[in-house]
Amino acid sequence: MSNDREVDHDTIPPANKGLLAAAGVLLAIPIIALMWVSSYAKVEPKLGGWPFFIWYQFLWVFLCSAMTYTAYRLVLKARPHRPMHREADRDGDEVAR
Amino acid sequence: MNTAALAAIPTATPAATPAATGTGVNGVALTVLIVLFLVVTGLGFWATRWRRADSMESLDEWGLGGRRFGTWVTWFLLGGDLYTAYTFVAVPAAMFATGAVAGFFAVPYTIVLYPIIFIFMSRLWSVSHRHGYVTPADFVKGRYNSKLLTLAVSVTGILATMPYIALQLVGIQAVLEVAGVGGSQNIIAKDAPLFIAFALLAAYTYSSGLRAPAVIAFVKDTLIYLVIIVAIIYLPGKIAGGWDAIFGAAEAKMAKPSLADPSKPTGAFIPGAAQHWAYATLALGSALALFMYPHSITATLSSQNRNTIRRNASILPAYSFVLGLLALLGWVAIAAGTKPIGLDGKPNAQLVIPQLFEDMFPSWFAGVAFAAVAIGALVPAAIMSIAAANTFTRNIYRDLIKPNASHAEEAKVSKLVSLLVKAFALIFVLTLDKQNAINFQLLGGIWILQTFPSIVFSLYTRWFHRRALFVGWLVGMIYGTYAAYNVASPATKHFGGSLANMPVIGKLGYIAMSAFVINILVAVIITVILNALKVSNGRDDTIKGDYFADAGDPRVEKHRDMDDQLTAGPVT
Repeated sequence: MSNDREVDHDTIPPANKGLLAAAGVLLAIPIIALMWVSSYAKVEPKLGGWPFFIWYQFLWVFLCSAMTYTAYRLVLKARPHRPMHREADRDGDEVAR
Repeated sequence: MNTAALAAIPTATPAATPAATGTGVNGVALTVLIVLFLVVTGLGFWATRWRRADSMESLDEWGLGGRRFGTWVTWFLLGGDLYTAYTFVAVPAAMFATGAVAGFFAVPYTIVLYPIIFIFMSRLWSVSHRHGYVTPADFVKGRYNSKLLTLAVSVTGILATMPYIALQLVGIQAVLEVAGVGGSQNIIAKDAPLFIAFALLAAYTYSSGLRAPAVIAFVKDTLIYLVIIVAIIYLPGKIAGGWDAIFGAAEAKMAKPSLADPSKPTGAFIPGAAQHWAYATLALGSALALFMYPHSITATLSSQNRNTIRRNASILPAYSFVLGLLALLGWVAIAAGTKPIGLDGKPNAQLVIPQLFEDMFPSWFAGVAFAAVAIGALVPAAIMSIAAANTFTRNIYRDLIKPNASHAEEAKVSKLVSLLVKAFALIFVLTLDKQNAINFQLLGGIWILQTFPSIVFSLYTRWFHRRALFVGWLVGMIYGTYAAYNVASPATKHFGGSLANMPVIGKLGYIAMSAFVINILVAVIITVILNALKVSNGRDDTIKGDYFADAGDPRVEKHRDMDDQLTAGPVT
């Protein structure tokens, strides 16, 4: 029922591009770090008997979680929600809901 | 978790010698297992009252729990859904049998998974909220109105999910076997426990829908965390030399010549230079594929707003941490000298974790651990059968057979199909060789990734042509299937693993990724041609704003009636 839609909703809601880019970088870092297998496929330095290969990847569980959470805060700030309305209030029950 | 790549583990571990350990019924463990199982069954039936709806007669209620699960419910549900019983059995089994490449890749896989889904899943949530989409194929249909492409996505989803459900049964079987139930004496006694467990699961999924696995997931995840954390603290202490000895034993085992092919080592302690591509592509390919499975999308769409999945992306890694610890238990088992012998007297690496628990824990706690795995199978099996049933109902029944099906009718069909799907999985596991389920699961992982361009790229752009996406999908499916068919392993002549030489790069890599790249290339080339010829790309039901909608934003008018049907309404 596209003719009922408010035209302006067929656009991408405005956003702070810089913050979005920063979030994108934060999300990309763990992916790149873990895809770069030769950087961590080694035994030394060990940590409490654990080979580097093992503890380094465990470390990324926490780093990635922190980066994802930061990215979450950033995207919330970057693009505030643009509410959509029942078009033209034709059924008139908008207020009742 | 998509454990496709784990299919490479030979079910028989030649290193283990048959011995009469671990056979016989473990009474205490079995009792604990049965009691916990009954508790969970009760919860499953009770779930229909949880966050009760006025009417369960729609897919939004039965199949998506009313689309109003908050952050924590979603965390338990997704955790319970993605980290399946088969994962818990197969990941350490792979570590035990062939080491880090086949097993530990699960850790980077489940780390990079979350930044990836963070990027696109909230778009899928928003557009599904506006248009009442229940399945990924629903979205593809709305985006292009192409029956062919919709069918391709839905059939791939169903085909990939079916063997996955069957593998959950394999997980339960592994536990029952170590507990001493299900010997090969007579057919009825052998399979009865599995049959009863699945019949109960089918019954409460039928009545409670997605609410059942959501409630059971609380128990499942709590037990899993408890068991694994206790195991990782308690077990190394019981091994002389602690962690040094554990890693030493693993390194020694992996370096020994393989019994199947003495020219090669048994496995990899740490991936060698030739295996880096394999390790990385297994992790990335599996991560890209996981949220293309209908059951992952079902759990995501059941969340209450656009950002629930993003918040979850930063707390779900807790499960990845536990999965990594669990993987290490496969190496603990090497140091502990665990001998995974099936009731048929043959060595079976899949039994290594249940066997380790039985050998090392007091009986009662072994029972708790067994229950964690068995209940761990129920949650994903329930969600997968719901997701497969929803896909059938929406994208085959409604789109092709009965376009005007009412909400109540859709719910009815879906409930029946969920029973059929489980019955099929049960027959599959009970009548065919287990290796078949593993082979199909391996293929399923390759196949499901081929729907990624149609789903994810389409969330951003309609530049790709619907026919180009279809042909790309087809070529990816054919290439992936053919490449997997040609992989031989000591255990099986075909479908022996998910690694093959990658075209151009020439290194060993995950077949799904090679197929995925070919898929995209084909789609791009055909799109350029069709766009140049100005061939129509179908009608788009969505507008740009739909991809940013949140709870509280109304549905498009066509689907307004559902807004009024949902009991609680959107949460603002």
